[in-house]
Amino acid sequence: MVPENLRYTKDHEWIRVEGETGIIGITDHAQEELGDIVYVELPKPGAKLEQSSSFGSVESVKAVSDIYCPVSGEVAEANQALAESPEKVNDDPYGDGWLIKLKLTSPGQVDQLMTAAQYTEYIGTES
Amino acid sequence: MVDFGGWDMPVQYSGIIEEHNAVRTSVGVFDVSHMGEIEIRGPEAARLTDFVTTNAVAKLKTGQAHYSGLLYDHGGFVDDILVHKVADDHYFLCVNASNQDKDFEHIRVQNRFDAVVDFSSDRYAQLAIQGPQARATVQKLTPVDLSGIKYYWFADGEVCGIPARIAHTGYTGEDGFELYVAPAEAQRIWNELMQAGAEFGIKPCGLGARNTLRLEAKMALYGHEIDASISPLEADLNWIVKLDKGDFVGRDALLKQKEAGLTRKLVGFEMCGRGIGRDGYEVLLDGAPAGWVTSGSPGPTVGRNIGLCYLPIDKAQPGQAIQIMIRNQPVDAVTVETPFYKRAK
Repeated sequence: MVPENLRYTKDHEWIRVEGETGIIGITDHAQEELGDIVYVELPKPGAKLEQSSSFGSVESVKAVSDIYCPVSGEVAEANQALAESPEKVNDDPYGDGWLIKLKLTSPGQVDQLMTAAQYTEYIGTES
Repeated sequence: MVDFGGWDMPVQYSGIIEEHNAVRTSVGVFDVSHMGEIEIRGPEAARLTDFVTTNAVAKLKTGQAHYSGLLYDHGGFVDDILVHKVADDHYFLCVNASNQDKDFEHIRVQNRFDAVVDFSSDRYAQLAIQGPQARATVQKLTPVDLSGIKYYWFADGEVCGIPARIAHTGYTGEDGFELYVAPAEAQRIWNELMQAGAEFGIKPCGLGARNTLRLEAKMALYGHEIDASISPLEADLNWIVKLDKGDFVGRDALLKQKEAGLTRKLVGFEMCGRGIGRDGYEVLLDGAPAGWVTSGSPGPTVGRNIGLCYLPIDKAQPGQAIQIMIRNQPVDAVTVETPFYKRAK
C-alpha cells in the first residue's frame, strides 16, 4: 500500500505536506518488515532536525530501527498516542500511526523525495 | 525472509506475537529443515558419541534423546546438540545449521574409535509442531500412539504414510514434537499438518517466534548465550555436563575451570526502565561496564521485557540491580530467576 499523495525516502519514511507543515511517518512496507512495534521514540516539539538525520527510533519485537527525517524542519508536534499505543504504527501507518509534524524550513527538499510510483518500484527492487 | 546459515527463512508469517501466542495456547508449526543431522554408527558408536559430548550417553536408552554439548579441548562450545539413541550402534545428532560443517569435521577428527560418522543433513527435513494441541494435531496423521512417547523420547514410524522419526522434543518451552522426514515429503506433511491443526487455529511460525519462545524458556541459542569462548558451566548448563562419566573432549578444561572457580555466569534479567536490552548491549554495575547481553526481547507470554546476560560470578544471582546501555542511555534492569516461563504440567 503506497498512497499517491505522499513522498517517500529510501529509509521508508513518508511525508505529507499541508501548507508549511510536513506530517511524517513510516511506510506500510516498513511496518510490515519490522513486525509488532512495541516502542516509538520521538523528539520533543521545538527540536530542530536536519534532512536525513536520525530523529528517533521504532522498536519491534525483533529489532530496533532508526528513523530519518525526510526534510529539514522544526518539530511542531510528536504523536503522543504512540507512547501508549505503539501498535497504531502497524495498524494505520499512514493515518493514526503518524510520527511527527514538522514545520518545514526548506520546503523545496520535498521535491527531491520519491513519488509513490518511484517508491513502489524501489521496494520492488529492494526485495 | 532472512538469510539464516544459507537458508532463506521467514522471520514471521502472521506476526511474531500472534505466532508466539499460538504456540503457548494452542499449536504452531515451524519449518526447521535448516537444522543439521549427523549420524554415528558402528560397534563403537556409543564410545565416540560419549567422547565428543558432555552428557552421559551410557544413560540413554534406545528411543531416548538428550540435550548435550560438543566442546573444544579448551572447554568452549563447538555446538549444542540433541543426541538420539536409535540403536546400540546408531546415534542420531540434531545440530545447528550454521555449525554443521565444523561439527562434522570436529567429530570426524576425534574419531579414534571403530565408528562411522555420516553427514546426513541432506536426508532430513525437520518440522517442529509445538504447543498444547501439538499432540492432538500430529496424532491425526500417525498410527503411532504419541501418548506412549515420553518427553525427550522418540519413535520411528509413519506420518501421513511417510517414514518419520517422531521426537517428543522442542525449543519453545511448550509440549510438542519434532518430525524428521525425507525432504521430498516435507511439503506434503506441512500441508497435512496445517489441515489437521485447523480446528485448533494452527499457525505457521517463523524464526522470530522461535526466538521469543526459546528465550522465555531460557533455552540457549548458539552465537548468543554460547559460543567457542563460553563453557557450559558459565552458560548455566551444568546439567548437561557429566564430569564423572569418564574422559570426553573438554573435560580437563572444565575440571580446571571448576577448580579455579568461575569468573562469570549467565543470568536472566528483566527491564525496569523503558526499553529492551538486546544482544550485544553492555551491562553496567554501579556505572561501570561489567558484562553483556546475549539475548533480549519482549516476552509476549510473561508480559515483560526480558533477556539473558553475562555478569561477574559474584553478581550473577537474582535480585541484582544492573543497568543496560540502550542506545547510549543506561536503563535500569534487575536480574531474575529463570526460566522466565514454565509451562503448567
